[in-house]
Amino acid sequence: MSDLSKLTIAAARDALKKGDVTSVELTEACLAEIDAADALGAFVHKTPDIAMEQAKAADARTDGGDLNGIPLGIKDLFCTKGVASQAASRILDGFKPEYESTVTTQLFDQGAVMLGKLNMDEFAMGSSNETSVYGNAVNPWKAGAAELTPGGSSGGSASAVAADLCLGATGTDTGGSIRQPAAFTGITGIKPTYGRVSRWGIVAFASSLDQAGPMTKDVRDAAIMLRAMSGHDPKDSTSADLAVPDFEAALTGDIRGKTIGIPKEYRMDGMPAEIEKLWEDGTAMLRDAGARIVDITLPHTKYALPAYYVIAPAEASSNLARYDGVRFGHRATLAAGDGITEMYEKTRAEGFGDEVQRRVMIGTYVLSAGFYDAYYNRARKVRTLIKQDFEAVFADGVDAILTPATPSAAFELGQKFDDPVQMYLNDVFTVTVNLAGLPGIAVPAGVDAQGLPLGLQLIGRPWEEGDLLNTAYALEQAAGFVAKPARWW
Amino acid sequence: MSIDTETARRVAKLARIKVEEADLPELANEFSAILGFIEQLNEVDVDGVEPMTSVTPQRLKRREDVVTDGDQPQAVLKNAPDAREGFFAVPKVVE
Repeated sequence: MSDLSKLTIAAARDALKKGDVTSVELTEACLAEIDAADALGAFVHKTPDIAMEQAKAADARTDGGDLNGIPLGIKDLFCTKGVASQAASRILDGFKPEYESTVTTQLFDQGAVMLGKLNMDEFAMGSSNETSVYGNAVNPWKAGAAELTPGGSSGGSASAVAADLCLGATGTDTGGSIRQPAAFTGITGIKPTYGRVSRWGIVAFASSLDQAGPMTKDVRDAAIMLRAMSGHDPKDSTSADLAVPDFEAALTGDIRGKTIGIPKEYRMDGMPAEIEKLWEDGTAMLRDAGARIVDITLPHTKYALPAYYVIAPAEASSNLARYDGVRFGHRATLAAGDGITEMYEKTRAEGFGDEVQRRVMIGTYVLSAGFYDAYYNRARKVRTLIKQDFEAVFADGVDAILTPATPSAAFELGQKFDDPVQMYLNDVFTVTVNLAGLPGIAVPAGVDAQGLPLGLQLIGRPWEEGDLLNTAYALEQAAGFVAKPARWW
Repeated sequence: MSIDTETARRVAKLARIKVEEADLPELANEFSAILGFIEQLNEVDVDGVEPMTSVTPQRLKRREDVVTDGDQPQAVLKNAPDAREGFFAVPKVVE
């Protein structure tokens, strides 16, 4: 079988079960693709020995599940035992965890194969994968000579899946870090309901917003992989003790009678005409599939980004306090007479990149005496209002909400790097979902005038990922997006 | 709100991040731009609104307050930049 790395998880699963292919063959095909794709900067720690060992074990297993023998990439944010896990930060240089994250434990227990660790923005702070200590991840899609961002923070995951270096990848999403890169690279990515997937062993950014999820070649694969990643974990007190449904079984493609809301507040000033057109086309596709389309209002949408840029840095400043040069990672070389305070200050100045320093300090400021109420508590109140906006439309019978995934197609690397606020605007359509704890999925739905992929986002009711995935499946079938990037790497 | 150099210096100190004196004015400018963006929140009427503490209504799980893990000092110290005699080592803290 040729082009094994291009297979979907579902197709590889079926071929493995029939004996048409082995996991060793799939894994070797992916490893060869990875070695030929260094120009994409997607894989930053390759683990071919672990991959081959896991592939052989998978081939020897007779009772394997859906992911048995499936080669995956793992975002660098996940702690993987004995394998570098440094959140793309200099401050975790050399860190090799003595433990395995719950998500990767579950994936490996189900027979998945780890090809290596994937590039990302440092501590998942960024929307372009340009803050990584490893250098940029690059989008396999191109419109001209310039290299484009794959988005961020899960930029390496997006690039690797879009370029067929692996069959699927893990991502994490705090404000859009699965959905924005998925949209920029023409793949599918779902952020599940907050609490669906354990956060244990995932380097924390903003604990009340962080959720892991799959990034895959299509909706069916997202359903398969999400089920494997989900479930209650006693080691994460916020993980929900709820049964995990068979999400793949929910994919009937039948959305007749479903109600889809179109929020007027997402029609932003200055929105590119092709994004507006994509959104209208997507709306028509769902209507043609039998859904009822209703206009809805989510009045506090405008305030989601500013609330996020209080809450996320505040939580980050607290979470990142642990990087002090004592227990793991980088410690600065000290001058004669330096005490412990100088050690902390020099270590953190050397170890954190500019964007991480900026967010830690903003977080420190909004939590500091005298400003806590004005910034942090006000942002948490606005967060309550944003969640109530969604609760009101769901109470009115809306099953899912359709929006654009991003305000533009992938942009050139370097284009927005010097203006933090412009960069933050990338998450304008995705960040509300994290603040409200809801599931959201990005599905490729078309291309722009330059031939670059564009995505639509569907937002679902809490804990109803199966229903959401089915609506996404119907949209995927109607959109019929099959374009692939032309190989240049 | 405009952030001055003195405030930037104080925040850097609180965050335990060394910032060179020459870099403080630019840092203050960046903070001012970001805080300017955040100030939109002042337009929202939040009277009587509870600040969110948990995004899902479920009660956090409790566990027995007992030791469940331990006796692995080598694993704990494995990644330390400086570990000696079973301890993390740091510069002298007290005279």
